[in-house]
Amino acid sequence: MIISQQKPFEEILEALGDQEKVYLVGCGECATMTESGGENEIVDMKTRLEAAGKTVLGNDVAHATCHELDMKRIFRQSKDAAKETDAFIVFSCGAGTQSVREATDKHVIPGTNTLFLGNVKRNLQYEEKCSLCGECVLDEYGSICPVTRCAKGILNGPCGGTNNGQCEVDPDKPCAWVLIHNQLKKEDRIEQFMKIQGPKRWNAVERPGRLDARDKDEEKGAA
Amino acid sequence: MGKYREAAESGKFVVSGEIGPPKGTQVDDMLHHIDLLKDMVDGLNVTDNQSAVLRLGSMAVSHHIVSVGGDAIFQMTTRDRNRLALQNDLMSAHFLGIRNVLCLTGDHVSVGDHKDAREVYDFESVQLIQAVKKMNEGSDWAGNELQGSTDFYIGAVVTPESNPIEPQKAKFEKKIEAGAQFFQTQAVYDMDNFQNFMEYARGVTEGKDVKIMAGLVVLTSVGMAKYMNKFVPGVFVPDNLLEEMASVPKEEATKKGMEICARHIKLLKEKNVCDGVHVMAIGKEEIVPEILQLADLI
Ligand code: SF4
Ligand code: SF4
Repeated sequence: MIISQQKPFEEILEALGDQEKVYLVGCGECATMTESGGENEIVDMKTRLEAAGKTVLGNDVAHATCHELDMKRIFRQSKDAAKETDAFIVFSCGAGTQSVREATDKHVIPGTNTLFLGNVKRNLQYEEKCSLCGECVLDEYGSICPVTRCAKGILNGPCGGTNNGQCEVDPDKPCAWVLIHNQLKKEDRIEQFMKIQGPKRWNAVERPGRLDARDKDEEKGAA
Repeated sequence: MGKYREAAESGKFVVSGEIGPPKGTQVDDMLHHIDLLKDMVDGLNVTDNQSAVLRLGSMAVSHHIVSVGGDAIFQMTTRDRNRLALQNDLMSAHFLGIRNVLCLTGDHVSVGDHKDAREVYDFESVQLIQAVKKMNEGSDWAGNELQGSTDFYIGAVVTPESNPIEPQKAKFEKKIEAGAQFFQTQAVYDMDNFQNFMEYARGVTEGKDVKIMAGLVVLTSVGMAKYMNKFVPGVFVPDNLLEEMASVPKEEATKKGMEICARHIKLLKEKNVCDGVHVMAIGKEEIVPEILQLADLI
């Protein structure tokens, strides 16, 4: 899921400036799990903003804020508040904030920083394992992604900085290349490690990405 | 062909030094070091934004070395350039008379002085080696024919003290397969360990024309040795050298370090352990001539 973290409260206030009437939007999916934009956080934010002299006209936790049609529907339902507010503050990922952008012409403020696509290690602990490169090459690497998990995205083996199996860039993280080596050994596929890998096709997906999955005839992988 | 390659391919025990360009345009010290060393060694490496710290450019300094009659080993990292820029620089370097290139992935920007820069890593070392080989053979990475190919002696690095060593060895073998013709190792201090590594490496390179030069960084204090043990991955200074460095007063530490370095050079040469040495004095290049003298190389 998408891992996000609330921005410091002062930063949100600063973005608001003189604007007084606000409307808060949270997200029922990822931002609820990460506790950056679920019901509890939205209620808490409302209290803090009111204490800071702001008027909270509306607050909604959308089912999934990234769903643009849903956002439009929500704002239609709370028409008056949405019309009267000076600004919206969105507590979801950046995609969700831009759904809100599509649904209103008012000032839209991101209430979070969007960090990465994360695996849930355990409650509230996340790790990035995939960086959405557009052409998955996991099978070449024992399904441990060097594009994402090696700090330098190296595709052919460890740099000189492997430090007792940890990464030189951040000693708290394992060196992806030691993990890959161990994994391929376990699978009895160590010869795979010796294969020289070419660079990634960084434009496998032309950014910004776009896909119409309704068109089943469209060649798979063409984005 | 540059004189570094000529020396290496002739079977001579080759010696290279290293020049770290300054941060800024005051080049007097650097020019002095180049002047001092260029005729004494077979080649001079020029570092490329070493440790991800912004410096004057490696290509410009490499060109200067060549133009004053020395031979330069142009270090190139893939951290700061994508494949278009890398190949562009390779052709430019060739145009400027540079004939040796050392292919590196490069330290991560987070250890340098522009921590918020976007690191590139479009290629990494193995792919850069492949790219240089392709350009030597007359085509660019995309397969387009070049109007005139390059003629580079292709270098790479290996870390003999890496832990764990197995994946590092595998990568070393991949670099050879990709087209690396010479290696300069990360700094080595434990000569027994290094001889073991070389036994393995000689096995791998048997029948291939691949040269391996030991990387030697001159110790200048016991603190420096301890620091490297603690903070520089893949560098290991054994206890006996720590004691040796500690056995002399501070003022004589550099001299001691020079002695150790010269002793290692002699041993490596006499026992034919490797094909040469790459001596790094990290900004104190004026001590290199004396080391080479102590090692009976000049
Ligand atoms: S290769 Fe890595 S970044 Fe690309 S899709 Fe697969 S897991 Fe994600
Ligand atoms: S130590 Fe390992 S994970 Fe870290 S940058 Fe080097 S190869 Fe990548």
